[in-house]
Amino acid sequence: MSVDTHPDYEGRDPLVSLEDVEVHFEESSGLFDFSEPEVVRAVDGVDLDIFEQDVVALVGESGCGKTTLGKTTIGLQRPTGGSVSYRGQDIWDAKDGKGDVEIPYKDIRSSLQIIHQDPGSSLNPNRRVMKILEAPLKRWQSQMSAGDRRGQVLSMLEEVGMTPPDDYAGRYPHQLSGGEKQRVALVRALLMDPDLILADEAVSALDVSLRVEMMDLMLDLQEKFDTSFVFVSHDLSNARYFAAHSGGRIGVMYLGELVEIGPAEKIINNPQHPYTKVLRWATPDLTPDGASSDKPPVRKIDIPDPKNPPPGCRFHTRCPEARQVCMEQTPPEYTTEEFHETKCFREDDSHEYWSSPQITDDENEADQLYSEADD
Amino acid sequence: MSTHNTTNESGEMYSASETIIELRNTEVVFDMSRGVSRVLDNVDLDIRRGEILGVVGESGSGKSMLASAMLDAVVDPGILSGQITYYPDDGDPVNVLGLSDEELRRLRWEDISMVFQGAMSSFNPTMSVKGHFVETLEAHEYDREEGMERAHELLSDLYLDPERVLESYPHELSGGMRQRALIALSVVLEPDLLVMDEPTAALDLLMQRSILSLLEGLKEKYDLTMVFITHDLPLVAELANRMAVMYAFELVEKGSTDEILQNAAHPYTRALLNSTPNLDAPLSEMTSIEGSAPDPVNVPEGCSYHPRCPLADEQCVAEAPDFHDVSSSHQVECFHWEDAAEAIPFNIEQPSSPEEGEAR
Repeated sequence: MSVDTHPDYEGRDPLVSLEDVEVHFEESSGLFDFSEPEVVRAVDGVDLDIFEQDVVALVGESGCGKTTLGKTTIGLQRPTGGSVSYRGQDIWDAKDGKGDVEIPYKDIRSSLQIIHQDPGSSLNPNRRVMKILEAPLKRWQSQMSAGDRRGQVLSMLEEVGMTPPDDYAGRYPHQLSGGEKQRVALVRALLMDPDLILADEAVSALDVSLRVEMMDLMLDLQEKFDTSFVFVSHDLSNARYFAAHSGGRIGVMYLGELVEIGPAEKIINNPQHPYTKVLRWATPDLTPDGASSDKPPVRKIDIPDPKNPPPGCRFHTRCPEARQVCMEQTPPEYTTEEFHETKCFREDDSHEYWSSPQITDDENEADQLYSEADD
Repeated sequence: MSTHNTTNESGEMYSASETIIELRNTEVVFDMSRGVSRVLDNVDLDIRRGEILGVVGESGSGKSMLASAMLDAVVDPGILSGQITYYPDDGDPVNVLGLSDEELRRLRWEDISMVFQGAMSSFNPTMSVKGHFVETLEAHEYDREEGMERAHELLSDLYLDPERVLESYPHELSGGMRQRALIALSVVLEPDLLVMDEPTAALDLLMQRSILSLLEGLKEKYDLTMVFITHDLPLVAELANRMAVMYAFELVEKGSTDEILQNAAHPYTRALLNSTPNLDAPLSEMTSIEGSAPDPVNVPEGCSYHPRCPLADEQCVAEAPDFHDVSSSHQVECFHWEDAAEAIPFNIEQPSSPEEGEAR
């Protein structure tokens, strides 16, 4: 496990590449309602490259689109705009059979795997662990003999610390603890020998004391099997643990946009975007007499409706640093330093932001409590 | 009704406060086909007026049972025994376990109120938020107009738009808004004590922290005592004055938050602190706790933590430790508490000054 070293991305071809990806969901209002359907803009204009043996942790509040972006990355969610490609092959062209397909969709599908948040509901309760884990091998490697198959399942169970494997293989999911279920889900993903695994809040449902253990296990396996991970979490400290240990990056999402991305330790120790600083505030630490009595460093504590994201910079309605210009213009990506990008005007010392007046909130707003502390 | 005081918990810091609720030898037992399951084992605890007590434990450590016990709300066929005494602001001490159903109904909500995890299942999905407030006020024969005024104020204290929220149905609110509306509802009858069981667990961190800072304001304004039950030690450490740590259905350590964080004396508490991912800890030194928590039917003899404890010896296997005083405001149930700090060093230095001022 290399700490504090960032893999050199220069000159490497990305494993999965997202370009200007957009995922919009239409929410129809009813059978006989023919008005314009409402559009939820779950992901908007995201560019992201994931390399081999790379780790990207996506953090943000619930509803910020991090899971949708994760699913788009592994080809489970079709983007409504932009493109997603795997080793240069557009995933959805491969699926639709458009153009020259160099890598068949079947291969892409098995190379990109997922571990769900709730291990309990992602395992069939009526099947024993062996049966659950054999299923993907039967489907994708049908030439494998039954004996080999069972052997591989057992050796993988042993690999993730479920010993004796024979005992665990004979159990039903309800006979496993939360941590053990999550390990089974991890084995199921690994059996496909994937290039990239999406771990969607894979440790959030576990007890605090078990999270580190599970993350350590995933890191060990990452090294052993050369797998890349997209790790989705709302918890910055878990994201940091996982990304920093593997020399990976943290990407911060807000209302469908990637507002800051960079090497894990840089995001933690030198956050640039005001929203990242808010997340940093929200992460409890064990400092006695810490910042507990502080008011939340946002002007509103509720996230705006993603159906109707604010114009300009989407964070301007809550941002403690917001100025007039943030309501009118959308900030581009500024490169702070190598591999560290931020979408905020404050990165540009000569931007008109600095001469723009501060936004003052309506007096009647429920958040007037905060404006007292603000002036 | 109060029995003899086994341990006097009052430290200097809290000398002004008095006890609001007192638990002695509190036990909850379930008779199961596999054997007797003791899910709360001999708990002694004083909760002081005006404090915020954080109760910390892993899932299945009995912490929710402790909350239910305080309100005599243990579900059948659980059997609750022991002594639970509530000391109202004015008037005589109340023996909670000896109350009639009607008296108990009044005690809950009016004196002691409770917020559960997952607001969605606490609200009636077919009733507007306003309906919940009205129903609660009427059921307890409170003045409706005055009560609704209080509801408005409470909601705006919690950064909600009162008009909009009251007109909404529960499913129309986001998770964080729903949970805050539920907190407002639980305080509308002006209870003295608010017991919260994982009130923020299903929410994301920013909302959790925001609610925490709002709770602190609420406590000051309405003069509340709070019990905050959670598995998330760092979260509650930000809020609580005092903490109680549960392991295997009993309390193993209690003390002021500062003492627990800086000088935890139980090996379990120290291991728990070390296993918590932390933004300020060096990466290499986070460790998990070996082994797993025991089954309630089959709790180890002696000290229940001994199979996982690096300090365990024959004594720990043979007999259960009593509480030892680390200081006047810090007790621990461990024979080897004096050696715990050396055997299980903390992996982060505990700075005494706040270091997050730059967040804004």
